[in-house]
Amino acid sequence: MGRPVQYNENSKVILADIPEGYSGEGFMATKFDQVIGLARANSLWPLPFATSCCGIEFMATMGANYDLARFGSERMGFTPRQCDMLLVAGTIAKKMAPILRQVYLQMAEPRWVIAIGACASSGGIFDSYPVLQGIDQVIPVDVYVPGCPPRPEGILDGVLKLQDIVKHESLRRRHSEQYKGLLSEYGIQ
Amino acid sequence: MTNEQLKELLSAKFPELSEWDESYGLLSVRVPAAKNLELLQFLYNDPAMQFQFLTDLTGIHYPDRAGEELCVVYHLHNLVANIRIRVKVYVPVAAPDVYSATPVFSGANWMERETYDFFGINFIGHPNLTRILNVDEMDYFPMRKEYPMEDPTRTDKDDEMFGRG
Ligand code: SF4
Repeated sequence: MGRPVQYNENSKVILADIPEGYSGEGFMATKFDQVIGLARANSLWPLPFATSCCGIEFMATMGANYDLARFGSERMGFTPRQCDMLLVAGTIAKKMAPILRQVYLQMAEPRWVIAIGACASSGGIFDSYPVLQGIDQVIPVDVYVPGCPPRPEGILDGVLKLQDIVKHESLRRRHSEQYKGLLSEYGIQ
Repeated sequence: MTNEQLKELLSAKFPELSEWDESYGLLSVRVPAAKNLELLQFLYNDPAMQFQFLTDLTGIHYPDRAGEELCVVYHLHNLVANIRIRVKVYVPVAAPDVYSATPVFSGANWMERETYDFFGINFIGHPNLTRILNVDEMDYFPMRKEYPMEDPTRTDKDDEMFGRG
């Protein structure tokens, strides 16, 4: 006797599209760029660098209501060695800048950075001597999330924007002259 | 012990104390910079005083008081009788030398570093008078009232982010 199978037909889960390629019976041929990009984009490991109020919003983003895990960022990795998405949420004091930079340096390529909130993006309301006027003065930033603080939806939007970047990034981008030039501007090898 | 008794005892021992004040019931007194350590030591050791807890130590800048622009304030607390006193030392901004309170209160160590960091008070005899909160490369004392509110010469501000570019 067969057991009844429960199947939720109203599920709103959207599966990622199959990358374009050539497929036939039992095989599919496509480019590494696309497959790896797809895999990377949907399994980003976040490294939170939360220093102040924006960090609280970020915690909400990780919580059950907003649940960043839905987008493949399953858990925070509290070590730069294992993570590829650095989320800087909060005011970065000038004294903190070398530490932030070191955390970035300890991450392995490929690595991406999101600046969450006005403070991380530009110093925000802290137009004063001890505060770093935007983390892009010490490390390159991929996505800026505006707001003081941004709502969790805003942070999610930033992560989705980053996924978009990751998905369409060429595998060789990190070897390109342009990218090397960018890093050497920051004095990073 | 009331503030009056405290005042009598102290002025009998240290005639050079001045500017007695009792705002909000908190006795405060000014001591010459040369005598501050002696007074703190007396307040700490004397069996009638026993001000053995240093609540706070900080600086103030009065740009208009010529010759005594910088002030160091000590808040002391007698935890046995629950009395507080405030001691002030004034020094000129040109030579801001004050004896360190660290021989009496070990807890003064970081507070004095902070006061040095922000006001540039030179605490003589401090074991390690270096910046504590600001970056080491900083070459000014930010809490002194000497700087314009908005500094047009700053280069680290990204005006484009604020639509001012
Ligand atoms: S941007 Fe606003 S909310 Fe975020 S850390 Fe700065 S002050 Fe706090």
